[in-house]
Amino acid sequence: MSAAPASSQHPLLEVKNLRMHFPVTEGVMFRKVVATVKAVDDVSFSLRAGETLGLVGESGCGKTTTGRCILQLERPTAGEIIFEGEDLAKLDRKGLVAKRERMQVIFQDPYSSLNPRMKVGSIIGEPMKVHGILPDAKQRRERVAELLSVCGLNPKFMDRYPHEMSGGQRQRVGIARALALNPQFIVCDEAVSALDVSIQAQVINLLEDLRDKFNLSYLFIAHDLSVVRHLCHRVAVMYLGKLVEVAESDELFDHPRHPYTKALLEAVPIPDPTVEKGRVHRIMQGEVPSPMNPPSGCVFHPRCPIAVDSCKHEVPQARELRPGHWVACPRV
Amino acid sequence: MATLLEVENLRTQFETSAGTVRAVDGVSYTVEEGETVGIVGESGCGKSVGALSVLRLIPNPPGRVVGGSIRFRGEDLLAMSDEKLHAVRGGQIAMVFQEPMTSLNPVLTIGLQLCETMQFHLKLSHEQARLRAVELLGMVGISEPGRRLDQYPHHLSGGMRQRVMIALAMSCKPKLIIADEPTTALDVTIQAQILELMKDLTKRFGVALIVITHNLGVVARYADRVNVMYAGRIVESGTAADIYHRPMHPYTLGLLRSVPRMDRPRGEKLIPIDGQPPDLTREITGCAYRPRCSFATERCAREDPALEEIGPGHRSACFERNRLARVLKVAS
Repeated sequence: MSAAPASSQHPLLEVKNLRMHFPVTEGVMFRKVVATVKAVDDVSFSLRAGETLGLVGESGCGKTTTGRCILQLERPTAGEIIFEGEDLAKLDRKGLVAKRERMQVIFQDPYSSLNPRMKVGSIIGEPMKVHGILPDAKQRRERVAELLSVCGLNPKFMDRYPHEMSGGQRQRVGIARALALNPQFIVCDEAVSALDVSIQAQVINLLEDLRDKFNLSYLFIAHDLSVVRHLCHRVAVMYLGKLVEVAESDELFDHPRHPYTKALLEAVPIPDPTVEKGRVHRIMQGEVPSPMNPPSGCVFHPRCPIAVDSCKHEVPQARELRPGHWVACPRV
Repeated sequence: MATLLEVENLRTQFETSAGTVRAVDGVSYTVEEGETVGIVGESGCGKSVGALSVLRLIPNPPGRVVGGSIRFRGEDLLAMSDEKLHAVRGGQIAMVFQEPMTSLNPVLTIGLQLCETMQFHLKLSHEQARLRAVELLGMVGISEPGRRLDQYPHHLSGGMRQRVMIALAMSCKPKLIIADEPTTALDVTIQAQILELMKDLTKRFGVALIVITHNLGVVARYADRVNVMYAGRIVESGTAADIYHRPMHPYTLGLLRSVPRMDRPRGEKLIPIDGQPPDLTREITGCAYRPRCSFATERCAREDPALEEIGPGHRSACFERNRLARVLKVAS
């Protein structure tokens, strides 16, 4: 699905026909491939500089794998990832290291993504050391202090260990580390999901402020649709390794077209009892099928309320219903 | 409607190396027959410990219920003999936990786990219990219930396991079900299925339900009455409409302003609560919320606000609630 904006501006990131298939093997001595998991199957989208794209879907839909492929933490099975005009798969090690300065990641779990044996100062300073930015230790400390205060932490925290901090503070350290190399693009993989409501709001506001301040682009991978609506300019909905709908955020939430997107939005409870009383609660039946053996044709057809016979055979192609609003369903 | 459960001045503490943690510090509330009560709050506010205390499930040591009373249909559960409590626990009061994988026994079949409970509480024969088990699994929407009896929990998906937990909870015709974060580990469409199922079953059989959750949306959709907890206390309680539309405690207001809403367009700024929850090993003088509260005065540092009736069924523990109400009135 190419959801490229109409503007002539060159996109910062373009993902074209990305596929990531994992082999499932059996046997200890004689390994043989018995099946493949199509974690990501023909996904295309683009991201402009300064834009935040939300990537949403339920567990196992391939949203995290998509993020990992973009960061080249996985070698995609097929497809292109073009970042600042260069295909990442074609770069050699040196070229990739240089590009990695420009793209960073914030993980979900602030407990397991920070090395417990390192002080906060070294955690944030290490990327600068690895990439040879600010080789002088004193300058580096100054920069770490600056990053900490940008992220709302006291610079004194650089001499602490992660276990001495709360979950919200640790997540701020993770953000400071991601900012250390002045990146252009950050993959936020469930970056606020593990946090309590009041702390989550603090971190969301921080991410927004940083985006404005440094003109950052985020790929915001999340399952919490309320957070996504709040933070993202555009949203892409994934189901079983495929993109089913892409649109501007307000357009997608106010006028969802794909039956899966509709069901997903209806399932989200809204913190307002009056609004809730007025909503229809049609509950989508069934569960997400295994990506090892996905349904034929449209992968959503077994759970789809509007499916017809042809949906079982034909893989739906994305259509642009309105400018920028793409849907992979022939029935809407 | 008769009062089913009366919790009065419940206090539960844990002895840790860092000192005594006052996890639940004087909590009082009631549950009427057949109603759904939501208990909301952030991690560590004592909502789970309070619920586990009701069934005397607090591991001792390190935990201990140090004060208060819990009357279920007039009888004090805290003073009851172990034998008598066994009959109540799992029988008249059932529990649904967050993680269905850890709360079901992985080495016993689903049938055995269902039948064991019914043979004990309902004094059914093995055959009778198996028949009822099939009926229960069908009732919670599990396909091929007869075959499932001989399967193990790992054969089922997370959503299916939670359905088994609900069948287990319903099996002995309880009067009250306590559900502790019943859908937190589940995807949003599965969450909707499970909550709808619980609502449907509790309505149909007149079972009262206590839902403990951090999700304000879930509470808005399903709860008749709501208790908001902070630092081991209930700070506000009332009908869902009271809590969401006429909050009378700054913490409740803070929570509501912190959550992003899916029905609101992008660009609205969240208003997070500054700071962090207090350390419960320290003695708190005055109001526990004071350091984070924008309404706090001199008096809040000295005196401890009691939970007082401020309207029919609406209680708040705040000295400055009238000022809060005026500010909200001006704002609207």
